[in-house]
Formats: sequence, structure tokens, C-alpha cells
Amino acid sequence: MEEHGKKTLRYALVFAALLLLFCVAVLWNVNTGSVSISLREITEILLRRETADPTAYSIIWKIRLPRLLLAAVLGGALSLAGFLLQTFFRNPIAGPFVLGISSGAKMFLAVVTIALSGLLPFIPVWLTVIAAFLGSMLSMGIVLAFAGKIKNMSVLLVIGIMISYICSAVTEFLINFANEADIVNLTHWSHGSFSAASWSDVGAAAAVALPTALIVFLLSKPISVFALGEGYAQSVGVNVRGFRVLLILLSSVLSACVVAFAGPISFVGVAVPHIARMTLKTSKPALLIPACFLGGAVFCMLCDLIARTAFAPTELSIGTVTSAVGAPIVIWLMVSRRAKREN
Amino acid sequence: MKTDGNTTVNKLELDGLSVGYHGRPLISDIAFALRPGEILTLIGPNGAGKTTILKSITRHLAAISGTVYIDGQNSRALDGKSFATKLAVVLTDRIRPELMTCREFAEAGRYPYTGSFGRLTPHDREIVNKALAAVHAEEIAEQEIATVSDGQRQRVLLARAICQEPEIIVLDEPTSYLDVKHKIELLEILRTMAREQGIAVVMSLHEIDLAEKISDKLVCVKGDAIAGYGPPEAIFRDDFITSLFDIKHGSFHSLTGAVELKKPQGEPRCFVIGGAGYGVPFYRALQKKGFPFAAGILPENDIDYPVAAALAQAVISCAAFMPVGTEQTEAAKRQIDAVNTVIDCGCPMGEYNRANGELISYAAKQNKRILRTVGELSEVTL
Repeated sequence: MEEHGKKTLRYALVFAALLLLFCVAVLWNVNTGSVSISLREITEILLRRETADPTAYSIIWKIRLPRLLLAAVLGGALSLAGFLLQTFFRNPIAGPFVLGISSGAKMFLAVVTIALSGLLPFIPVWLTVIAAFLGSMLSMGIVLAFAGKIKNMSVLLVIGIMISYICSAVTEFLINFANEADIVNLTHWSHGSFSAASWSDVGAAAAVALPTALIVFLLSKPISVFALGEGYAQSVGVNVRGFRVLLILLSSVLSACVVAFAGPISFVGVAVPHIARMTLKTSKPALLIPACFLGGAVFCMLCDLIARTAFAPTELSIGTVTSAVGAPIVIWLMVSRRAKREN
Repeated sequence: MKTDGNTTVNKLELDGLSVGYHGRPLISDIAFALRPGEILTLIGPNGAGKTTILKSITRHLAAISGTVYIDGQNSRALDGKSFATKLAVVLTDRIRPELMTCREFAEAGRYPYTGSFGRLTPHDREIVNKALAAVHAEEIAEQEIATVSDGQRQRVLLARAICQEPEIIVLDEPTSYLDVKHKIELLEILRTMAREQGIAVVMSLHEIDLAEKISDKLVCVKGDAIAGYGPPEAIFRDDFITSLFDIKHGSFHSLTGAVELKKPQGEPRCFVIGGAGYGVPFYRALQKKGFPFAAGILPENDIDYPVAAALAQAVISCAAFMPVGTEQTEAAKRQIDAVNTVIDCGCPMGEYNRANGELISYAAKQNKRILRTVGELSEVTL
């Protein structure tokens, strides 16, 4: 039972660290930007909602807060989507964007943008969101259709990757025949960013992502047995066929939500679940699911901080930062784990 | 309720079961039954459909027709959870979940009993401990399942099944990838489990010799039907196994379970005088070199006899517990006359093999080359 106690302590420490990091990330984000606002002022603005300086008030309430909350919600959603897909494919590099979710969204967005470019002066944000959402659900729908027939996970993974290529090809084809001016919106979207986040974005994203994340958490028991393989899952009474569909559906909704509001953000879905597993040193979904969500939120908030401050006033695209930070972390974790195992 | 003559209810009973894929039957009309504590093993050539039958019992595959009864109930009528409390599986999938300890893997067997978040009660933990103890895996309990050896992993897989507290455990080739020590250990655990907890075991095995020793009942799968069903002593007779596996390049001795390779073809090039196990190394050495040989004079209850019968072109033998007769000695001399080399395996001489001593002297008198060690044999050409 000593082993048990040590583990519990580890879990407690990791979650405490995550919560602490979350608070740090929030405060740091609120406190950083082109306009500097003192910490005391921030506390006042956040807690009492009143201040002498109305500009500071609106910078915080209208720009920084929605942006950081969107980063938190979507980061959590993204890493959870990655976790689900890795569980489903039993492959550590399966992630939402390996499977054509972002390319499906981009293709759909390209179609909508180009089709409507003659009719509308500009593409409204809500339309971008809806188009991207539908596009990612469409590409995942195709993967899902194959998932019913094909039992081999590697084959299914390859199908996902191929769908991603097909979507990219179609997009490139459309862009070739489009006006440069018409696709500004598309280019902007495909860089991925949390900028220009509004409270309504935050609300809509949270309304989709949070309930979905809750459902995922409630499913942690069947997910845990799914990790042993479908054969065992079925033998203890899980309806495997239905559960496969459910897993893909949940991860698609989560990642489609991200793609719709922030564009393609690579690597969070692969890096964060890895980091969560390695630090918690467990495979238990009931622990990993909240850790992934929290970790993803912290990771994205910090990456967004880097994106907007590293080369200020030029803002980096969020995907640039997540890849640059995430990939080395994953390599380091994998290598150190192997090295440990071999000793 | 179905009974099979006795009052004991069969734990598992297959009645006219047809199994296969995509609605096409591969094997039809399968019928067998087993009672609590019995071990039933499916044997048969690769690809015969042993796994298909097991998958149909475990409901991983829908049966095409016929019925599987579990505890007298149609298994199709059971819901997932009650099925899981009656039947557990050990599959061949080579899964290696990352960061999962052997204990956690075994704990997964409590799935049908735990609440909505899979939290284990002290009772659950006790069952897990017992299961780990039953498979001698306490020491590796906290190690990651991905890092333990194949033999250890197989035992943990079994512990998971035991944690499910089933009445039946189905194992698909549990001894594959295991060395002989771990094979024996695993089968011993299964036997103890069956005997002490009354769990009925259905499995498939590649090792027919082990299947004979561990099983109460055997089912031979070949072609589109069951080629044989019964206790091992009824199945392991004469050439049944040889024909079941279509063994053309060797032989299988039903009584000892020994497998021998193909006998060298042609006229005998030497005569081997063996007995009491002294002959076997020479027979095998000759087989490896591809030299056809004759062997003698062996009583039919001699330990050398089955190997000689499998490998020698001719065996001169006498009936069990009977002295060697003149006709056998004469036949042996004729064999010696026909070859240039005689091998004296060094079997000690006693009252009943005096004839063999005479044969060695006879060979020497005839100026035959006499070899006495396997080393010598390996250096000469016959």
C-alpha cells in the first residue's frame, strides 16, 4: 500500500501544480500586453469591476480576458480530442490534425469563401465558424464511415491521413482559381490565432466544449477498458461498435470547435496528453482526462502569451508557437523515458 | 436446463453450432459440453478454425446457427454485464498499454462489478490480490505490463480474467511465445484454478503433447467439422494425431507424445544395437545425417523402441517381457551381413539382451566396422 500512497501523492502534486500554473497563466496573460496595467489595478478591475481608468477596464474585459479564456477552453478541448484519438487508435501520434480535421475545415471554408465572395462584401465571423465546424465534422464523418467497416486501426489512421491530403488538394485547387483578395479571410484563418476573441466566441466555444468534456469524463470507465483493446472491452460488456462511433464523434466535436474558433492549432493534441501521461505516470482516464483539459488550457494560454509578446508588435500564429514548444517537449519526454527503461 | 445424463449442469454447452465469417460457415455442427472444473482443449492444424470457434463462444463473433449454452442459458440472451460475470477471456492480441502496471491490468477484470467510475472497493482489491497470487504475479504487480516478460504477461492476462470471477475462462493459445518452463507453469496454474475454484476452461493449444496432459476433453478441429471429441485417451490413439495434422514428414507417437522427424529413406547402411535408451542419441544422429539404418534387437516395451520404429527402416523386435528368439537373432544377423557398419550403443548386457552381445561379437568376426560413440559416427560416411 506504500506504492499506493506514493502514487496518490504524485497525482495530488501534479494537479496542484496544474492549478497553480493555471492561475499563473491567467494572471500573466492579463498582465501582459502593449498597454501595461499594474497588478493592483488588474485585481480591482477583475474583482470589483470598477476603476479610474476606463481604457484599462475595456482592455482587460474586452480584449485580454475573452482571449485568454478562449485559449483556455480551446486548448483544453484540443488536448482532450488528442487524448481520445490516441486512445481510439492506440497510437501515440494520433491527433486531431493528423486525421484531416483541419484540412476538411479549410476545404469547406474555401468553398464557402469563394462561392460567396461575389455576393457578400466580407465573410462574417459566424459563417467562418459554421463553415469550419461543418468541414471538420464532414471529414471526420468519412473517417467514421470507414471505422464501421475497418477494424484495423493502422489502416483507419492511414485513411484519415489520406482524407487530409485529398482535402488539401481540393483546397489548393480552389485557391488557384480564386482572387487573392477573396481569400484573405481564408489565409488569415489558416494561420490560427486567438486574437479578436469576443465574449460571444468564448460563450459559444464553452457551450460546445465544456459539456463534451464532461461527457468524456463520465465515460472514463469504458475508456479505461478500451485501452486494453477492443477484444477485452467487448468481453466485459462494452458495446464496442457504438463506443467507437462515440469516441470519434466526441473528439471531432471537440476539435471542430477549436478549428472553427481559432483555426488549425497543431501539436497541442499530441504534446499535452503525452506530458500528462508522463508526469502523472498513469494510464487511468479518470485522472488523465481532467489533467489533459487543464494542461491543454495552461499550455495554450502560455503559448498564446509567447505568440503575442515574443516579437511584439508582430504577433506569431499560435500554431508556430505550439509546435516550437510542444515538439521538443515530446521528444525530450520520450527519450528520457526510453533511457530510463533501458537502465 | 440442459443436463448431460448426470445431474451436474454443464457450464458450457455447444449445440449444433456453425461458425464462420460473413454468414459463411467455416465449421458446422459443433457440439461439446463441459462441466465445472473441466479443461477442454481445441487442437488441430493452423487455420483450422480453433480461434473462430473460441470467438463464437466469447461472442466476439456471431454464430451462424446453433446455440451456445452458458449455465443452461442461451448465451445470446444474456446482456453484456451478466455475460461478463460468467465468462472471461484471455486473448492473443499483443497489447501493451503504456504506463499500466500489472496490478492495474488485473484490476480491469473487476469492470463488470465496479460503479460508474470504476472505483475499487476493499473487496475488489482483495480479489485482485488473490488473483495475482494465484498466478504467482505478486512480485511484478507494480511493474508496467509493457515491460514484463511474455511469460509474466500471460499470467497477468490470466489474473485479469480470474478477477472477473467467471465460471468459464476461454483462452486462445495461451502458451504461444512462452518457453517450456512458462508453458508448464501456466498450465499448472490453470489446472489448480479449475480444480480448486471449479472454473471450466476452454482453450486452444498448439502443443498437442501438452494438450494431452492438461485436458479432460479434447476437440479436434479439421476441415469443416469436428474430427474428434473425447477424453485424451480416446483421441491419442494409433495414427489419429498423425492424420489430424497430416504429418507426412515425420511422426507423432501417441503414447509418449514424442514428435520425430522424417525417417531417412533407402536401404539400411548400418545396424544399430541399442536398448534402454542408449540407442536414441544414435538414431537421431543418423536421422540428421540422412543415413537409413536398421535397429535391433529391441523388446517392444523398450524406451528405444518407439523412436527406432519412427526413424529406422527396419526394427527387429521381440514381444514385451519375452526372451529374444532364434528367428530374431537370425534376422539381425542377416541385417548385419547386408551392411558394413554396426553401432554398439553401449547398452549394459543382462539376462534378456544377451542376444545383442552375441550380435556384437558376430559383427566383429565378420570384420564389420564397429562404432561406439556419436562422435565417431559424426566423422564417418556410411
